[in-house]
Amino acid sequence: MNEPEQSIILLYLILVGVLLTAAGLIWLERRLLGLWQDRYGPNRAGRFGSLQVAADMIKIFTKEDWIPPFADKPVFVIAPAIIVITTLLSFAVIPFAPEIEIVNLNIGLLFFLAMSSLSVYSVALAGWASNNKYSLLGGLRAAAQMLGYEVFMGLSLAGVIMLAGSFNLREIVEAQRNVWFFIPQFPGFVIFVIAGLAETRRIPFDLPEAENELIAGFHTEYSGMKFGMFFVGEYMGVTLISALIATLFFGGWMGPLLPPLCWMIIKTFIFICGFILVRASLPRLRYDQLLSFGWKLMLPLALLNVVVTGAIILAAS
Amino acid sequence: MLSLVKGIWTVFKHSIRKRETVLYPEEKPSLHPRWRGRIILSRDPDGEERCVACYLCAAACPADCIALQATQDEHGRRYPEFFRINFSRCIFCGFCEEACPTYAIQLTNDFEMGEYHRHNFVYEKEHLLINGSGKHPEYNFYRVSGVSVGAKDSGEGENEEPPVDIHSLMP
Ligand code: SF4
Ligand code: SF4
Repeated sequence: MNEPEQSIILLYLILVGVLLTAAGLIWLERRLLGLWQDRYGPNRAGRFGSLQVAADMIKIFTKEDWIPPFADKPVFVIAPAIIVITTLLSFAVIPFAPEIEIVNLNIGLLFFLAMSSLSVYSVALAGWASNNKYSLLGGLRAAAQMLGYEVFMGLSLAGVIMLAGSFNLREIVEAQRNVWFFIPQFPGFVIFVIAGLAETRRIPFDLPEAENELIAGFHTEYSGMKFGMFFVGEYMGVTLISALIATLFFGGWMGPLLPPLCWMIIKTFIFICGFILVRASLPRLRYDQLLSFGWKLMLPLALLNVVVTGAIILAAS
Repeated sequence: MLSLVKGIWTVFKHSIRKRETVLYPEEKPSLHPRWRGRIILSRDPDGEERCVACYLCAAACPADCIALQATQDEHGRRYPEFFRINFSRCIFCGFCEEACPTYAIQLTNDFEMGEYHRHNFVYEKEHLLINGSGKHPEYNFYRVSGVSVGAKDSGEGENEEPPVDIHSLMP
């Protein structure tokens, strides 16, 4: 997979695949939330409402794309692009199957952590540029939340890195040939899932958005496709975190019988459904609860996990 | 922490629950007889209009959406010359039905009144008046009380005493 044409084709396939998944998730989430709340969700347009996505697309593309006169125009326009760009860039390092990967980066995991930290700029800048106090509060919360979870997100992965001895996602998957890492790294897995929820800014960590206190937080002033970018960015984030959980803790593409790509997709979708289930059941945390939860509980736990894993590896070698 | 996991599990168990949604256009909801829907004007058992154009419904209406004009026939019986309800303003509170002394105005079980143009929500008397007596089949206002009109003389109504002879000294 070294010829440039092939990798460009692959790049486009993955790009289209990710965007289609994000669009499909809008439908999937509404159907699943409906299922868990004993109702149907969209079921009119097309079979089981599957054309709802197309209808939503047409709607959002034809909406007025309004920039408020009091907004900081350039920043206002750039902010929604950042979240989409950073999330899409993160997909570059994910190995979907042994041959299906855009770049085989030897610091893949670090690249992902860097990109996910950058994506918070999108939210913070959107809140700032909107020049609206609710949006600003949302942006501030996003920044504080990022400080809260980014630290233990990185630490939660330290155990995996130690076990695999590499930052390269492909080598991490290869290292799980015997046992998937969620067994030796169960605390790390739980902590990473929680950090992932916070990373995607979904319930119970959707403080920057918080419809009932901040209207819609950072994207109150956004309309049309700019709002759509935040929306798609959120769903791509969910796909990304699910794909990473599958890669880091559940053996990535490995599995019996089915081809590797199938396993990767199945695992990713199971975690996506898990994300939606969490959204369907949990209430939003309070701001101070989130921060003290992150700093006082999750960070020590993640550190403890690193120490214990390190000690065991040292004892074993 | 444990309670959160329990909560997630409870929600997950709803995957196999029956859905509560009534799939409306295919499956009609069952409405109670006192459902407050589209308003009609009824007739008494003799087939005459019940409405006596007393304006009480228009006065009671909180949305101020009833308009009518009283007039009289050759027997001196009052009826509305026109009767107009603007359903784009009506809130289906049923106050008009409660105010009406003759059971003329009644709310029915029909709620499917969607229109594409606003002016189609204005219902005139010919749209409102039905050929039956609605919820009170036996009731006939002029037979119960009132003055002498074409239908009956005074004192001939149900439970009505004959008028007092003011020239007589007898009790
Ligand atoms: S139902 Fe209420 S709002 Fe509607 S016409 Fe009667 S009194 Fe007016
Ligand atoms: S509908 Fe009833 S309340 Fe209204 S004017 Fe006629 S008699 Fe009076």
